[in-house]
Amino acid sequence: MGKKANIINLDDLVVKFAGDSGDGMQLTGTLFSELAALNGNDLATFPDFPAEIRAPHNTVAGVSGFQVHVGKRKIYTPGDLCDILVAMNPASLRANLKWTKKGATIIIDESTFEEKAILKAGYQESPLTDGSLKDYNIIKAPISELAVKSLEGLDINKKVAMRTKNMFALGIVAYLFNVKVEKAVSIIEKKFGNKEMIFRANEAAIRSGYEFSESHDSIKNIYNVGPASLEKGRYRNITGNVATAWGLLAGAEKSGRPFFLGSYPITPATEILMELSIHKSLGAKVYQAEDEIAGICSAIGASFAGSFATTTTSGPGLSLKSEAIGLAVITELPLVIVNVQRAGPSTGMPTKSEQSDLLQALYGRNGECPLIVISASSPANCFYYAYIASKLSMEHMTPVILLTEGYLGLGSELLKIPKMSELEDINPPLAKPNDPDFKPYKRDAEKLIRKWAVPGTEGLRHRIGGLEKTNVDGNVSTDPLNHELMVKLREEKVKKVENYIPDQEVVGEESGDLLVVGWGGTEGALISTVKKMQEENYKISLAHFNYIKPLPKNTKSILSKFKKIIVCELNMGQFVDYLKINFPEFEYHKYNKVQGQPFHVNELTEVFKNLLEEK
Amino acid sequence: MSKTETKKPQGLTKQDFVSDQMVKWCPGCGAHAILSSILKVFPETGIKKENYCFVSGIGCSSRFPYYVNTYGFHGIHGRAAAIASGVKIANPELSLWVATGDGDSMAIGGNHFIHAIRRNVNMNILLFNNQVYGLTKGQFSPTTPRGGVTKTSPQGTIEHPFVTAGLVMGAQGTFFARCLDNNIKMMTDVISQAAKHNGTSVVEILQSCVIYSDGAFDNVSAKEIRDEVQLRLVHGEPMIFGRNRDKGIILKDNKLTVATIGKDGITKDDILVHDQYRKDPGIHRMLGRMEPPKRPLALGVIRSADFSTYDELMEKQIEAEKKSSPIKNVDDLLNSGDTWEI
Repeated sequence: MGKKANIINLDDLVVKFAGDSGDGMQLTGTLFSELAALNGNDLATFPDFPAEIRAPHNTVAGVSGFQVHVGKRKIYTPGDLCDILVAMNPASLRANLKWTKKGATIIIDESTFEEKAILKAGYQESPLTDGSLKDYNIIKAPISELAVKSLEGLDINKKVAMRTKNMFALGIVAYLFNVKVEKAVSIIEKKFGNKEMIFRANEAAIRSGYEFSESHDSIKNIYNVGPASLEKGRYRNITGNVATAWGLLAGAEKSGRPFFLGSYPITPATEILMELSIHKSLGAKVYQAEDEIAGICSAIGASFAGSFATTTTSGPGLSLKSEAIGLAVITELPLVIVNVQRAGPSTGMPTKSEQSDLLQALYGRNGECPLIVISASSPANCFYYAYIASKLSMEHMTPVILLTEGYLGLGSELLKIPKMSELEDINPPLAKPNDPDFKPYKRDAEKLIRKWAVPGTEGLRHRIGGLEKTNVDGNVSTDPLNHELMVKLREEKVKKVENYIPDQEVVGEESGDLLVVGWGGTEGALISTVKKMQEENYKISLAHFNYIKPLPKNTKSILSKFKKIIVCELNMGQFVDYLKINFPEFEYHKYNKVQGQPFHVNELTEVFKNLLEEK
Repeated sequence: MSKTETKKPQGLTKQDFVSDQMVKWCPGCGAHAILSSILKVFPETGIKKENYCFVSGIGCSSRFPYYVNTYGFHGIHGRAAAIASGVKIANPELSLWVATGDGDSMAIGGNHFIHAIRRNVNMNILLFNNQVYGLTKGQFSPTTPRGGVTKTSPQGTIEHPFVTAGLVMGAQGTFFARCLDNNIKMMTDVISQAAKHNGTSVVEILQSCVIYSDGAFDNVSAKEIRDEVQLRLVHGEPMIFGRNRDKGIILKDNKLTVATIGKDGITKDDILVHDQYRKDPGIHRMLGRMEPPKRPLALGVIRSADFSTYDELMEKQIEAEKKSSPIKNVDDLLNSGDTWEI
C-alpha cells in the first residue's frame, strides 16, 4: 500500500478525458458523468472532438475529448479549466494542457509516450522528462500495458483487450473521485450487463485501474465532491439535441397534432434528426430529405396538411432554407425551424460553437419577413424552449426559429423530468368543418391570426401560396394598399406575441452599477460570473434573454435601471446591434469572442471588473 | 386510401371543381386543355372533393391550383415535389396533384423531382413541357432542343436537353405517360390512369407555348403527319402505327426498330405487344427515348408498375413501432432509460 493521499473536499470538480479518436473517450466521459449522477452530484458535460471520424493517429488534430463538470452546488457550465486531465497519448496532453489548471492532476498513459508519438504530437522532447509538467501532479501509468495484463485469464485477444485501456483510466479517476470501485462497476454493468464478455473485460480493467491507484505513491490528492442539494424529483442526464427533439415531440402531443420533421443531416444538428427517427411509436413522421430546401419544403407541406411540422439544421442549412421560410411567413403556417448554430461563415468550423446566426434568423430573408425568434440557454432547457417554440408557432400561426448552439446541442446536463400534465396547454386555431364564415386570411382580432384549415376537412377548400393575397378573402393580389396592409399585419401579429411571453427576469438586484446582458448558450458562464461577483458585493446583475423577437415587454425598463450595460456574445455583436435598433436611447458596452470556444468565468470577471473601474 | 374510394361514386360534376378565379393563361395556351381534362377526371374518380389537393411550384403551369376548386398550395420555384411529399406523408388520405413545368421540375427543382420519383410517394405530377420559360418571357429550358434560339440563346442553345421519360425512368419511376395538348381524349385517359396508379405518376404533357415556343411539337402533332410519327400505346395491344396501320415496333439487336408489316417476312405477330405493367423498365425506357424522324414518338401510358409507396411504408413502420415499443407517450419517453430519484 502506498501512503495515504490527502482528501480534498470540493464544491465542484472538472475532469477531462482526452485521447486519440477511437480511444473511447466519449464513452468514458459519459460513464464518468453517470457515476457522478449516481454520487448525487449536479453535472454538465461537453464533448470536444474533431470533425473527422478517425483523424490521423497520434496527431493533435485527432484528439477527442470529453469534459465533465460535477458539483455539490448547482453546475451551470461544463467548466473552464480542468482539475483532472486524462491524457491517453502525447497529442492529447499537448492539445489540452492549456485547458488544465496549474496544480491539476494529470493521468498519463506512459505506454503511448514513445519517441515517434511524442514527435508526431509536435514535442521536441518528451514532456515527461523536460520539466514542462513540474506545476502539475503527474500520475504516470503504463495504462495500455496494465489494461491488457488485467485481462489475463479471460479469453480475449490483445486487440480487443487494448480497447479496455479507457476503463483502466476510468478506474483511476473513480479512485481520485473518492467513490467505491463497486459504484463504478455498477455503471458499466448497466451499460454492458447483457454482453457478458464485454462486461467482464471492462470490469477487470476498471478494478485494475482502481487497485493500481490505491497502491500508487504519486497520487497526492483525492477529491471528494458531496451530493448536490437538488430540488426533489426524478432526474436524467440529457444533451441539448435530444432535449430539443423531445420538446418538439411534447409540443406535438400536447397540441394533438401529428408530428412531422423534414430534415437533412448537418453537424451539429444531426442528433435531433437521429433521435426523432427512433420515435415512430409516438407517431412521429421523420423525413430525411434530399437537401435542406426539401427538408423545410416538406415540412411546410406537412404543416399545410395539418401536422405540427418542424425542420432542423445548422447555419449553412438555414441559409439554404431562407426562401422557404419566407413562404411559411406569407402562408402564415406553423413551423418550427431549429438552428443549432456553429462557427461560420460558410462551412466554417462545423464542430465548434458560435452565436453568429442571430441576425440571419431575424432578418435573413427577402421582403419584410417577420417571425418569432427564441433561444435555448442550457442543454436541459432546450426541452422547454423547443416546447415553447411549438406552442407559439401553432397558437400564433407563424414560423418560429429556435436558436440553440453546438455547445448546447452536444453538451449535457441534468434535467428534472417534467410531467406532461404540468406543461401549458397548446391550442392550435383549427377551422371547423363547413364553417360558413371561413376565409383563408380572416383574422382573430386579438392575435391577428388566421385559422388553420386542414385539407380533407369538409367545406374549407381554399388556396394559399407564395403570392401576396388579399386580406380576409385570400385571393392573389398586387393591390398596393393591400400589400402594405398585409406587410403590417404580419409584423403586428408577431409583435403581439409579446403579450403571451413572460417578462424578462433579472438575476440579482433590479438596479445597480452594471447590467450584464446575454442570450443563448452563454448563460451558464454569465450566471456563474455574475453570482460570483455578487458574492464579492459588486452591484452587478444579469438579464439573459431567451425571447428575442419579440423582446419581453419589460426589456426597456430593465435596461434603464443600470449605470452601465454590457452585452456579451460569441459573435461580433449581433444582439447588441439589435438592442440598439430597438432601444437607441441607451449606451451599450460589448464583449465579444469568436473563437469557437465558450466564455470562461475568469475572462468575464476581468472584463466586468475593468468596466466597473472605468470612470 | 384513394384506391378503395374510387369504387364509390360521389355524385360530383365538373361544376364542383370550377374555380371562381379568372383563368389568366394566354388564349390558345395548352394549359387550358389540361385544366379541362382535370375537370373531366376529378368528378369521376369517386374521391371526395375535400380530399383533392393541388400543389405547384412557379411558372405558368403553377398557377393551376388557383383555377381548380380543391385545396391548393402555390409554392416556390422548383419545390413543388418537396412540398407535395410533405403534404402526402402527413396526410396519406389526400389525392395529391402537382402542376409543374419543364423549368420548375427539371432545372431549379430537378433534385426534388428525381427524389420524389425515387421514393415513389403516391402523387400525380402533371408536367407541362413547353420547352421554354414562359412566365419569365422566353428563355431556354432544360428540354429546349439543342440549337434552339431563345432570348438567352440568341445563337442557339449549346446544351444537351433532358428527355423527360429518360430522366423519370432513370430515377426509378413507376409511372410515366406522355401526351399532347391537342389530344384531350388521350390526355384525359392518361390522367385518369395516373390517378389510379399507386405511387408517383408523371404525366408529361407536350404543350406549345403560343408566345415563346409556338409550334414546338408540330413535328409530332401536325394533322398531316401525326399518324406516321405517333405511336399510341395501349396496354395489351401491339405497337402498331402509321396511316395505314402497317408499321410496328420490333426488337432487333436489342433495339426498338420500325418494321413494316408484310415486308421482309414481318407479320403482325412479330410486333411487340405493350405491357405497361411490366416491372422491368427495359422496354419502357427504350420506348420513352424514341423520337422522330427515325422512330415514332411513344404516347400514352408507357410505364405503370406496381411497387410499394413511401407513404404506405412509413405508415406501416409507425404501426409496427406503436405495437412493439414500450414508449407510448412523451411521459414514457422522458422516463425511459437511465433516470433516478433525488
